Amino acid sequence: MSNKKILILFFHPRFEDSKVNVKLVEGVKQLSGVTFRDMYELYPDFNINIIEEQELLLAHDIIIWHHPFYWYNCPPLMKQWLDLVLEYGWAYGSNGKMLTGKWAMNVISSGGNFNVYHNEGRNRFTHREFLNSFDQTAHLCLMEYLPPFIVPGANKLSSAEIENYMIRYEQIAHFLMKDNIDVSKLRLVENFNQLNEDQWEHQFYKMQ
Amino acid sequence: MGASVLQNAMIFLGAALLFVPIAKKLGIGSVLGYIIAGIVIGPFAFGFIGTEGEDIMHAAEFGVVMMLFLIGLELNPQSFWKLRRRIIGMGGLQMLLTGILFFGLFYFIQDVELNTAIALSLTFAMSSTAIVLQTLKEKNLDKTHAGKSSFAVLLFQDIAVIPILAIIPLLAATSNKEVKNIRVGFLGVIDQYPTFTIIAAVATIIFLGKFVFSPLLHWIAKAHMRELFTASALFLVIAVSWLMDLAGISAALGAFLAGVLMANSAFRHELESNLEPFKGILLGLFFTAVGSTINFGLIVQQPIKILLGVLLFMLIKSIVLYIVAVIFKLVLQQKILFTLLLSQVGEFAFILLGSIGALGMINDSLFDYYMAVITVSMIMSPVFLFLDEKFLSGKIFIQKKSDHQYKVDPKEHNEIIIAGFGHFGSTLGRFLRANGVEATILDNNSDQVLLLRKMGFKVFYGDVTRMDILEAAGISKAKILVSALDIPEKNIQLSELIAKHYPQLKLFFRAKNRIDAYELIDNGVEKIYRESIHASVYMGVDILSELGFRKYTSLRKANDFIMYDHAALYKLSKHRHDSDSYVKSVKEEIEQQERIIAEDRRFMEHKPDNAWDKSKIIEND
Repeated sequence: MSNKKILILFFHPRFEDSKVNVKLVEGVKQLSGVTFRDMYELYPDFNINIIEEQELLLAHDIIIWHHPFYWYNCPPLMKQWLDLVLEYGWAYGSNGKMLTGKWAMNVISSGGNFNVYHNEGRNRFTHREFLNSFDQTAHLCLMEYLPPFIVPGANKLSSAEIENYMIRYEQIAHFLMKDNIDVSKLRLVENFNQLNEDQWEHQFYKMQ
Repeated sequence: MGASVLQNAMIFLGAALLFVPIAKKLGIGSVLGYIIAGIVIGPFAFGFIGTEGEDIMHAAEFGVVMMLFLIGLELNPQSFWKLRRRIIGMGGLQMLLTGILFFGLFYFIQDVELNTAIALSLTFAMSSTAIVLQTLKEKNLDKTHAGKSSFAVLLFQDIAVIPILAIIPLLAATSNKEVKNIRVGFLGVIDQYPTFTIIAAVATIIFLGKFVFSPLLHWIAKAHMRELFTASALFLVIAVSWLMDLAGISAALGAFLAGVLMANSAFRHELESNLEPFKGILLGLFFTAVGSTINFGLIVQQPIKILLGVLLFMLIKSIVLYIVAVIFKLVLQQKILFTLLLSQVGEFAFILLGSIGALGMINDSLFDYYMAVITVSMIMSPVFLFLDEKFLSGKIFIQKKSDHQYKVDPKEHNEIIIAGFGHFGSTLGRFLRANGVEATILDNNSDQVLLLRKMGFKVFYGDVTRMDILEAAGISKAKILVSALDIPEKNIQLSELIAKHYPQLKLFFRAKNRIDAYELIDNGVEKIYRESIHASVYMGVDILSELGFRKYTSLRKANDFIMYDHAALYKLSKHRHDSDSYVKSVKEEIEQQERIIAEDRRFMEHKPDNAWDKSKIIEND
């Protein structure tokens, strides 16, 4: 068993009406080793408790930014969180090394499907390309940026499909908490969604 | 008994300290508590006080004098104008109808002389300002229709005492009775022409109020000494009383007049706050003295006669009051309250009767009899009110016809109960309702209750610190109790009660300020909403903005500050000394302030604001 810990920072300004996300978090928030934070519920006034947030970051190994994909980006409270919590001299800058070696990733629900988020599609760029700013944010803070997990076409999913995504999310969380993962291999993957063959995890374990 | 002044003072105060808290606990009101204390120490029961009770009563009448001064103070022409319909309409009608009925009783049935009958009927039309105002304040009824109407009627009576007192000597003179105790010299002249004297005295007071008191207070205020101001407030009232006494008229009226004259002065509030405690103590003493001077000998001799007299008099008054309430369209519950509030014969009747007796218009035994009737009716009044509150008012609401229209299924209880629906509670209730959340509301303003019922709210009438009301509102099935009462002490009292009986409830409490919040914390309330914190901090944001600060930064600071202040509240609540005491010494207040400000400094030191701050990045580039 490992003792890696996941911090899910969940940002949704209208969680109560999001069928997909209500279901999606249901399983994963119960897992041992996972801390789930419903950020819009904690900071309805955007008045983020910086000290507490930083302490939580230090106490976990993997940070998941879980949010709907609005205007190809994160909701405003998450941007507020990035602005306030990732302080200069703490998260980045010559003395800012507190997050060194931690992993970060995005879990997003998006209205458009993969064919829309495509270089020939209506949105012209892939999800992964839009997420580049988060990749660089993690990089600047000396963290490893993991491939995102995407729930595309979220407005048209059937309950069965949503349930599948929920189970998949749980599997990914489980997998990430394992000790022997070769993160350099994982980084080469575009997103977690394309890993859909049975036992996809095995390719990422370190050789012993 | 030859008791010293000190001993008497000790006995009076001690009895009050013992009985008044018990009376309040039992819910029968402080007035009855004082009176009972008086009875117990009086010659009838333990006899700690002998006949000197009467002397003390004369001294304590000064409490009534102060009360009238304070009423006068609140009565500037504008507020009088606002209440004119009530004062002149209700007050006048009450006086007129009661006077006529009593006159009929005395003149036609009891065969009293015409002039005496007039004087007596006016006397018994009086109600007790002291008892009623005290009760209104204590039961938080002063904002209700019945409360406001009662105040208006009392005001009319208090003013009417002046002409009545002036008329009584005239009535006596025409009835050919010798005026007793004519004094010599100048004072003799005063006694011979009483009507003229009264007019002169009133004129003197108006003159003094306009041209002497105000400049005097200005001059004293410049000395910046609080105790001097207290002294001058006392001096003012005592001087006026002495003047009026000298003229042989009631001091209370002089004080009332002086109060009215000072109502527009800049020192109104200062005078009020200085005299308030004296008034409270002296009024208490007055009630105690009333209790101790009750002539039980007389009552024991002719109990039936006196009791019948009391009941008859109160019945006559009640009938008139009820008619007045009907004419002025009070709702049923308020009609009853209004009637019961004013049905007693008041302390001014003592004064008027005293004057009638002194002028020899009635004989001594009749005088004693009427005195006993007045006293007993004053005792009965708080008893009736207590019975009304306990057994009547709640039931009337349940049985009212209009209820059926808006009936709420008794089984269907709301999860939220809001106690108190004043400005605070109603804003909250409206907000919840706008979001589709219904709450059960408790309030003791029956007009408000009726209105809310029409609007389809589930409302209960009554004092929320009573368990049966809370039970009726379904507290045992509720999840959340909101306390939004206007009176801080009631909020705290409620928190005690709830913590004891319903520990499972989530409590949301309004607190006036820090000190109240501490009390609530002690009682285990977790969600405390101080009235002023948000308003004052956000005012600060706007002030900073006015000074050129950016609004968003100030707003962030404001939110931080509120959060920090809330945390500090809990931290400092532990440092508080003698948490049982309501009386905070000045020294301790200052210590509290000191600790808060010291804590602020720590907050500022530990909270560098790095948000969107590029200065450090530039330094290190």
